[in-house]
Amino acid sequence: MNSLRHEYPRTWQRRSLGQTLRAWLWLAGAALAAAWSVSALDIEWAFFADAHVQAADLIGRMWPPRWAYLPTILRPLIETIHIATLGTVIAVVLALPVAFLAARNTTANQFTWLIGRAILVGSRSVNTVIWGLIFVAIFGPGPVAGICAVAARSVGFLAKLVAEAIEEVQVGQVEAIAATGARTSQVWLVAILPQVLPVLIGTAVYRWDINVRESSVLGFVGAGGIGLYLYASINQFAWPQVLVILIATSVIVLVSEAASAWVRSRVT
Amino acid sequence: MSVAVAPAYHWQPSTLFGSRARQRIVLGVFALYCVWSIYDLRIDYARVARGLPRALDMLARMWPPDFGRWQLLLDGMLESIQMAIASSVLGAILCVPLALCAARNLAPVLVYAAARGVIVVGRTFHEVIVAILFVKLFGFGAVAGLLTLAFSSAVFLAKMIAEDIENIRPGPVEAVRATGARFGQVVAFAVLPQIIVRTLGVFIYRIDANLRHSTVIGIVGAGGIGQTLSASFSRYDYDFSAAILISIALLVAFGEWFSDWVRRRLR
Repeated sequence: MNSLRHEYPRTWQRRSLGQTLRAWLWLAGAALAAAWSVSALDIEWAFFADAHVQAADLIGRMWPPRWAYLPTILRPLIETIHIATLGTVIAVVLALPVAFLAARNTTANQFTWLIGRAILVGSRSVNTVIWGLIFVAIFGPGPVAGICAVAARSVGFLAKLVAEAIEEVQVGQVEAIAATGARTSQVWLVAILPQVLPVLIGTAVYRWDINVRESSVLGFVGAGGIGLYLYASINQFAWPQVLVILIATSVIVLVSEAASAWVRSRVT
Repeated sequence: MSVAVAPAYHWQPSTLFGSRARQRIVLGVFALYCVWSIYDLRIDYARVARGLPRALDMLARMWPPDFGRWQLLLDGMLESIQMAIASSVLGAILCVPLALCAARNLAPVLVYAAARGVIVVGRTFHEVIVAILFVKLFGFGAVAGLLTLAFSSAVFLAKMIAEDIENIRPGPVEAVRATGARFGQVVAFAVLPQIIVRTLGVFIYRIDANLRHSTVIGIVGAGGIGQTLSASFSRYDYDFSAAILISIALLVAFGEWFSDWVRRRLR
């Protein structure tokens, strides 16, 4: 009968003592990491004192935007989209074999699987701009380096998602096609490819709109597109031009994002 | 009675575009666009051809990677990691008001529209563009990088969290509100418990993303390993560049593995 008279607390508490302690420990750990990071960065806090003045000054210099500059940047804007599109197309072509190599159920053996995975990791862990730096050193400045950079970064992204889709295809269709006596290549083409095609197209279109955003800065390392003009305008302190470029870039990115969302809503 | 003749039937797989004709049109237009864009870029093929031997030469000079200046490499990597952590925390703090304002079920229409505007416009700018503006404001170095990543994180986190807030069940909110709770109490006791797990996942993902971005914004002078990489490239110091690239790849792969691991445990 003793257990029935167990005392319940009179006031409601959301967490037990242990939970509260653990939550505070996590917070303390995060705060410690943050404190270490900030203190080790050697920040000159005096810079922050007049930050708002500096920012207001910058905006004051940018305004009003110099719209007369718009015709000059029309071509580089189109070039930016070209770089994104062509880079994505090349990436799609390259990503398909890599995806089949990196999917456990289509790869030939452990070794080929490792090669596929290595390509995925290598391509994905280097940023588009750094790929740009590398390809500018190879091909010289210009849109070719930009296209290669976009393609090199997108291959891993596309192949990873398509490989995951390949690993999750329905086995029934694969077995049915294999039962007709089809060769491996025919099984891939007829049973697997149609199943992953929506994923491929969806991710390719999604990657394209990321790539439009990425190619807007490829010009900073000389890989073509609008970034070159932005960099030049900033270095000449031509702030009203900078504002025009920023507005134009943002419009293009927004439009491509909307277009990509529309296409994806129709495909999947 | 004649025997029913099977109609001539040629099987065709179904298409994504509704009909065969429409598929042909879409693909045709796309092919035309690609041809036009290649023509429009006026590519100098002779120069591209000259680039291929140069690529082999570069690869040859990258091998073996030179880890001799590991002190410089380690400094850059540490600065990148510190920038990533500090900016994630700063971004997490900054994103709270923005996320609350951008949730349709918590904020009045005007505030909501303003916050969404900030998020939409803020997300269109690549980190490198934001970085160069901050470099102009605060000078070269990690401060510009820190602020860049904090800004991008705040906008990204606010967007994700606002969407989560909009998807919460309204029941708990009404219940807490019915007790006479203030706005802050509603957020703390009805909204936060419903979103906290997803929010932690998004936050961890953002640390990983910041780690990746912190390796690149140094190219415009915003600190971190990117600055070291950019310098080594401009001095044709390719074996050191190779060492930096390998280190970056390892760091990024580790960050991705770590964020995947934490998010799996959160679920």
